[in-house]
Amino acid sequence: MQIHLNERIISIGGEETLFNIRDRFKQDADVLILNGFPSNRDAELTAGDRVVLIRRGEIPDAAELEAQLMARSTPGVYEAIHGATVGIAGVGGLGSSIAVALARTGVGRLILADFDLVEPSNLNRQQYFIDQIGMPKVDALKANLARINPNVQTALFYGRLNRENIPQIFAPVDILVEAFDAPDQKALLVETFRKNHPTKPVVAGSGMAGYGSANTVVTRRAGKNFYLCGDGESAAAPGNGLMAPRVGVAAHHQANAVLRLLLGEEP
Amino acid sequence: MNVTVNGEMHKIEDGTDLAQLLKQMELNADCVAVECNLDVVEREAFSSTPLSEGDTLEIVSFVGGG
Repeated sequence: MQIHLNERIISIGGEETLFNIRDRFKQDADVLILNGFPSNRDAELTAGDRVVLIRRGEIPDAAELEAQLMARSTPGVYEAIHGATVGIAGVGGLGSSIAVALARTGVGRLILADFDLVEPSNLNRQQYFIDQIGMPKVDALKANLARINPNVQTALFYGRLNRENIPQIFAPVDILVEAFDAPDQKALLVETFRKNHPTKPVVAGSGMAGYGSANTVVTRRAGKNFYLCGDGESAAAPGNGLMAPRVGVAAHHQANAVLRLLLGEEP
Repeated sequence: MNVTVNGEMHKIEDGTDLAQLLKQMELNADCVAVECNLDVVEREAFSSTPLSEGDTLEIVSFVGGG
C-alpha cells in the first residue's frame, strides 16, 4: 500500500505501523504526526495515511521543511491552497495579520499593497517589529513572511491604490482581501474590484474597534461573491481605539473566510 | 413603491433614485458599497440610478478601522 511520508508517496507492506516506519526512515525522530495529529503511541497504518517524522531542533532541507511546516494542518488543505493567489489591499492591523495567517497556512502567493511606512503607533496591533520602524510596510511584511514560511511567494505594490490601478494590480488573484483603515477607501476598493472582476470573491472588514465582546464579530455574506467580517458598527474614532485582540479576531475571520473559499466552502 | 434593502422591505416614493435613498437612510454615499439586482453600482452612478418596484439592494456601509 501507499502512504505519504513527509509528503512523499512511498510504498510499504500491508502490515506496517507508525513506529516501524519511524525505525526504518528516521530513527531519531521524536515528533510523530499521523494525519495531522501528533501521536506518541504506535498505530497500524492504512493506505493513504500521512505520516510526518520530525527530529526536534533539526532544520531539514527545503523539500522536507515544506512537508514538516504543514504537518499539523488538516490533510489535503495544503495541496488545495498552495497554488492559490490572494490579494491583500492594506497591510495594517487587519492585512498584516491576515497575511501571516495565510502564509502559515500555506497559501502559495500573496499580492500585498500598501502606501504606508511602519511607525511606532502601529505596533499595538500590527505584525511588525521595533527594528522595522520607517520601512515600507510591504517590505517589512515580505521579510517577516519569509521568516515564517519561505515557500510563500510575495508580489508587492508600494503606493496608493485607486480606480485605475486596482483592477490591474489584483488581476491575478483568486480572492481579494480588503484590509484598509478608512471607510471611503474600503468602499472604493470593494466597488472597483467587484465591478471589474465580478466572479472573484472579496472578503472585507468593517467594525473591529474597541474592546467590546469578541463574540459580536461575525463573517457574513453581503452580496454576490462578497463577504464581510466584523461587527459592522464599531468605528475607530476618538475614544474608541484599535487594539490587537479585536482587530486580530476580525483579521482571522477574514483569513478563515479566505481559506474556506479556497477549499470550496461558503464562508 | 417597494424595494428590498438588505433583506427588508422599504416603502419609498416613486421616482426615488439611489442617491436619494442613501440620503433618506442617512448613509454616507462615500462609504457604501451597493449592489442592485446583483450588479455592483459605482458611486458616480448613484444619482443616475432610478429605483423600480421590486428592486433588490444590498447596501454595506463601511466604518473605519483596520
